[in-house]
Amino acid sequence: MTVARFWRENSSRYNLVGVKCGNCGKVFFPPRTICPECRRLSIGKMEPYKLRGEGEVFTFSIVHDAPSQLELQKPYIMAIIEMTEGVRITAQIIDCDPAEVHIGMKVRATMRKIREEGASGIIHYGYKFIPVTK
Amino acid sequence: MRDVAIIGIGDTKFGELWGMSLRDLGITAGLAAINDANLSGDEIDALYVGNMSAGKYVDQEHIGALIADYSGMSKNYIPATRIEAAGASGGLAFRQGYMSVASGATDIVVVGGAEKMTDVGDVISTEIQAMAADQQWETFFGATFPALHAMIARRHMHDYNTTRDQIAQVAVKNHKHGSLNPKAQFQKEIKLETVLKAAPVADPLKMFDCAPVSDGAAAVVLCDMDKAKKYTDTPIKVLASGQASDTLALAHRKNICEFKATSVAACRAFKQAKLTPNDIQLAEVHDNFTISEILAIEDLGFFPKGEGGKATENGETELGSKLAINTSGGLKARGDPMGATGIAQIVELVTQLRGEAGKRQVTNAKVGLAQNVGGTGATSVVHILERVN
Ligand SMILES: [Zn+2]
Repeated sequence: MTVARFWRENSSRYNLVGVKCGNCGKVFFPPRTICPECRRLSIGKMEPYKLRGEGEVFTFSIVHDAPSQLELQKPYIMAIIEMTEGVRITAQIIDCDPAEVHIGMKVRATMRKIREEGASGIIHYGYKFIPVTK
Repeated sequence: MRDVAIIGIGDTKFGELWGMSLRDLGITAGLAAINDANLSGDEIDALYVGNMSAGKYVDQEHIGALIADYSGMSKNYIPATRIEAAGASGGLAFRQGYMSVASGATDIVVVGGAEKMTDVGDVISTEIQAMAADQQWETFFGATFPALHAMIARRHMHDYNTTRDQIAQVAVKNHKHGSLNPKAQFQKEIKLETVLKAAPVADPLKMFDCAPVSDGAAAVVLCDMDKAKKYTDTPIKVLASGQASDTLALAHRKNICEFKATSVAACRAFKQAKLTPNDIQLAEVHDNFTISEILAIEDLGFFPKGEGGKATENGETELGSKLAINTSGGLKARGDPMGATGIAQIVELVTQLRGEAGKRQVTNAKVGLAQNVGGTGATSVVHILERVN
């Protein structure tokens, strides 16, 4: 794949930049051009909005059958995280024993390698989540 | 809108069909349907083909023209159109054919669905299936197709106290139904322990919670109801067709335990048919995973939200009960060749409504429903069929 396909998503994948609707104030991640609530009224009013990176586990799965590029990471924890801003994100949870993960567990975002396209291909980075320890 | 009848059906066995290519499959099912409808071929006005991903599975796009050509219909230069909506490609192709005849634009239409999945390895095949989800914001980060459904299962267990045993019972029941279907990929009954002790795929889902990788095709012939009697004594009427869409990514829905696209599509279909869920005697639902059938029977209005697991455990969805779910064996046992699945559901309903289902026949079957889903519920299409004589 060309680099551009991935590079254009970098601000969201590296820094959790979503958008906020200038009409109703709703936050979205990933960015959308149009707010589904306000539609035409939101055109040109969707402003970049950086998420704080904190949330809790809404649901999760332990993946045993992995895609080829993630073969070495298995078994890994996949989750839907509900962020404090109310949006939900699908991501991996790392630095966590699969037996410990549970619905409601507090997590925060960190940047890690997601996958790589073979030995000489592109290495992709992006967000994963780690447990918040008190 | 004119009334539309199904006057012909045809299908292949589902499974690992090493000897057959995509075009072999499509032609076999198509010709069987045309033969069943007693057509010479010249009466056919158009062809619709449901296919999810021939480009990825066998490096071939342009499936509409391909199937028209090899079934001998290019001689008449008929319009041939391929429809894609991931796992709902077949159901959507059927809807396009139905609307074409209902509108009066055409009188007789062939709708087929075909997928050749085993020409690539298992890992690649699973990756192609995952393209039905959101590539940029789900799959890229490691969410497999089973993992997305496992997350639904986990949440359903959390919110409604659905048990692992109840979910597993879907597989047991559908394998039992599959054992009565000579076209099914799996024709052996399985025990509850077999499902519970199978290799983990995406916890809490295991191998027997997932529909298999399959090759196969199915086809039907649709006809204006007024002309249908010319070709068959048992026309099956398409009472209603409903379709809906939802967010592509599962995470973007408020409630992941309901496929809103299914409940909305069902609502539209029931309204058109002037029926309620109570009027349905049998339904083919999209059980690509065991948990998907639990969602389906709730979202279609057969059982209240959260009660699907219990109903399954109590045998309320088995052959012989008031409402038989997936008499064909469903995607789980009948097999799930993506683009063919939605048409195979229609073929099963027609077989039942004609009273030709043999050992798995639903007694006095009069009204049946089919529900076909794309992705994790981003597309859903619901059809209701009725025996008219
Ligand atoms: Zn808005």
